[in-house]
Amino acid sequence: MRTHGASGSRSTLIALASTVVFALVVVLVVSNSPGWPEVQRQFFNGEFFRESLRVIPKAFLLNVRIFLIAEVFILVFALFIAILRSLPGPVFFPLRALAIVYTDFFRGVPTILVIYLLGFGAPALQISGIPRDELFWGVVALVLVYSAYVSEVYRAGIESVHPSQEAAARSLGLSQAKTLRYVIVPQAVRRVVPPLLNDFIGLQKDTALVALLGPVEAFRQSQIEVASNFNYTPYLVTAILFVLLTIPLARLTDWLVIRDRRRQLALGAAR
Amino acid sequence: MRKQLVLTLVLAVFALAAAACGADEEATPTAAGTETAAAPDPCAKDQLILKTSGQLTIATDNPAFPPWFQDAEGAPWDPTTEPTKQGYEGAVAYAVANELGFSDDEVKWVVVPFDNVFKPGPKDFDFDINQVSYSPERDQALDFSDSYYDVEQAVVTLKSSKFAKATSLGDLKDAKLGAQLGTTSYDAIVATIQPSKDPNVYSTNNDAIRALKNGNIDGIVVDYPTSLYVTAVQVPNATAVGRLPAEGQEYFGLVFEEGNPLRDCVNQAIANLREAGTLDEAAQKWIEGSAPPVLE
Amino acid sequence: MSAETVLAIEGLQKSFDVEVLKGISLTLEPSEVVCLIGASGSGKSTLLRCVNLLEPIQAGRIEFLGEEITAPGVDVDHVRRRIGIVFQAFNLFPHMSVLKNITLGLTKVLKTPQAQADQEAADLLARFGLADKRSEYPDRLSGGQQQRVAIVRALAMRPELMLLDEVTSALDPELVAEVLDVIRGLATSGMTMLIATHEMSFARDIANRVCFLHDGVILEEGPPAEIFSAPTNERTQQFLQRIIEAGRL
Repeated sequence: MRTHGASGSRSTLIALASTVVFALVVVLVVSNSPGWPEVQRQFFNGEFFRESLRVIPKAFLLNVRIFLIAEVFILVFALFIAILRSLPGPVFFPLRALAIVYTDFFRGVPTILVIYLLGFGAPALQISGIPRDELFWGVVALVLVYSAYVSEVYRAGIESVHPSQEAAARSLGLSQAKTLRYVIVPQAVRRVVPPLLNDFIGLQKDTALVALLGPVEAFRQSQIEVASNFNYTPYLVTAILFVLLTIPLARLTDWLVIRDRRRQLALGAAR
Repeated sequence: MRKQLVLTLVLAVFALAAAACGADEEATPTAAGTETAAAPDPCAKDQLILKTSGQLTIATDNPAFPPWFQDAEGAPWDPTTEPTKQGYEGAVAYAVANELGFSDDEVKWVVVPFDNVFKPGPKDFDFDINQVSYSPERDQALDFSDSYYDVEQAVVTLKSSKFAKATSLGDLKDAKLGAQLGTTSYDAIVATIQPSKDPNVYSTNNDAIRALKNGNIDGIVVDYPTSLYVTAVQVPNATAVGRLPAEGQEYFGLVFEEGNPLRDCVNQAIANLREAGTLDEAAQKWIEGSAPPVLE
Repeated sequence: MSAETVLAIEGLQKSFDVEVLKGISLTLEPSEVVCLIGASGSGKSTLLRCVNLLEPIQAGRIEFLGEEITAPGVDVDHVRRRIGIVFQAFNLFPHMSVLKNITLGLTKVLKTPQAQADQEAADLLARFGLADKRSEYPDRLSGGQQQRVAIVRALAMRPELMLLDEVTSALDPELVAEVLDVIRGLATSGMTMLIATHEMSFARDIANRVCFLHDGVILEEGPPAEIFSAPTNERTQQFLQRIIEAGRL
């Protein structure tokens, strides 16, 4: 809500001033609390911060690798599931049902269970030809779980494309498959970039779960630091690294959304 | 009207605070000059400062594995069920309790997972017994008793592994090893073996053992007594390849909240037990087996 | 029906929850332009969508160039290739440039090589005065320009019948003329067209026949001179009277 003129800038000043005062009060209260020196030593310790910076970023590269590989597979596999789900007509019912069971199951089961079951269970079957590598199964688990979420996002996107687009494409003689491929899906994907990003931020953090299978990624590395020093500052370092990874992705999303919004709004509008 | 109400409330808060502070002060000691007998023994059972008076609260992990604890069937023990005196730590815990004057019924068990032992702050136990090795860093967060078991680390591989024949640390350089998070076993890999591949770290020993079975790692490092249980029961086709040399003797101590005076009384108890041969007897009973050679 | 007849509709019935088309019969000969007029809800758009097989029908049949297209087992995509339709809301693909909008059908349906498709599309755009808009995206075009692009897109497929569904109704008045000019040009060049429209003077100008639709049936049909100047049906008269009062005729 906008206010105009002098009263507008006055209320902005008041808002600003009260925010500053509030922040000051919080800082004063926290830093003068009896537990603060201990908390600072335990969580915001400069020496351990620097020490952690020598080992944790290197372990974080593993998180980034897992994230990049998983993301590519998720984008593709989830689209496949979403399209299965949208196939019309009674002849495709089994495929639709399969897609529904898949998304229900993998959205319902906790990710950590899937990681354990696949990461420790699959190699235990000792079936020759099945990969043993724990990173492989960790990535597979993440792909299975996140594809379930992302396929629903795609589905929402596909259904949000106005049916007149499908009508126009079919009227040119394009088959259902070509219509999906050239007209519907490209528009659907552009529309759901923000919720897609949401799921990928979640994925970035869930890469830490792969550590349960043995590989030492950033969070596990910080756990190792914490266990040997009894200081929690390494967790702070890991937290900062994860947040930093999120920021470029968030800005990329903003840019993509702005770029496509104009074009989407042109749809069918008379000027 | 509202101002008076606020004022009254503020005064009430101050009054309460003053009362609370006042209650901390000790009543002045009476009869300073009267004859007293020798000062009461601070380790007498009724003088001990305990979590719950009249009860010795001991913590360990769940499940607690042989040879440290075992239930009536010889399987890993769940401290939330029937208590047990079986296993080396089971035996030592009750022996210490008895030395302090507690009957078996006055011992109560609680569960504290291994890495929760080290988090700062007050504890829910009088002491914890869970194969916790002394280290100077850990000593800053907790208090340790004297040793109740001198321990060595051992390397366990599958019998079929090419590393099963290792006779020196150098033979293990290319092995992919694993250990539980936050253990001296992990430290031993990094400091003593120094393998070329980064070791895997697991949340529990069982996860590490699973990875060993799956062939994801070539070997795990655990303390020697645990390796007995691993190779005898959990992974029968595994073998303890060797023990690791250590800079000084690693030992297990009972763990106390920082500054707990109970520690000194327990040290006395441990000393008594050691002198009486109780610790050796327990070790012979629960931790037998021929130890593998030390790898250099 | 002669084999030359472009479109033959017999007894077409279509329902959604209610009956919308209650028995439509209509034929179109080559190069004929037939205009459908009538109030909103009379079924004009539905009729066009049925011809294009976008809607399944409940009863009746439609023959296109001698082939019954409402029979089961018909290759629907093949039929739609030969019938062009332009919608009220333009329905251009917003994620593609104007040129791409036009070449999509050429390359993916007619399998024209890309370079040739681009050339054909560029030529068509030039013919309709849109050459400079080739690389623009639809959001940059005015409504009139978008609709002309939509017509070009349909024409690029070289259809044998064009269906126009109130193509100027969504346009600002000053943009209507440029689109009507395009349609006039099509009529002159001999395109067979079925046009649903509110533009009465336009209909009077270019139609060979005018059909008045009311409540799902064709109440009156005939040359524009007859229908507009001397309608015989009472409903037709009422409808036209209202149009005249609104100053639209």
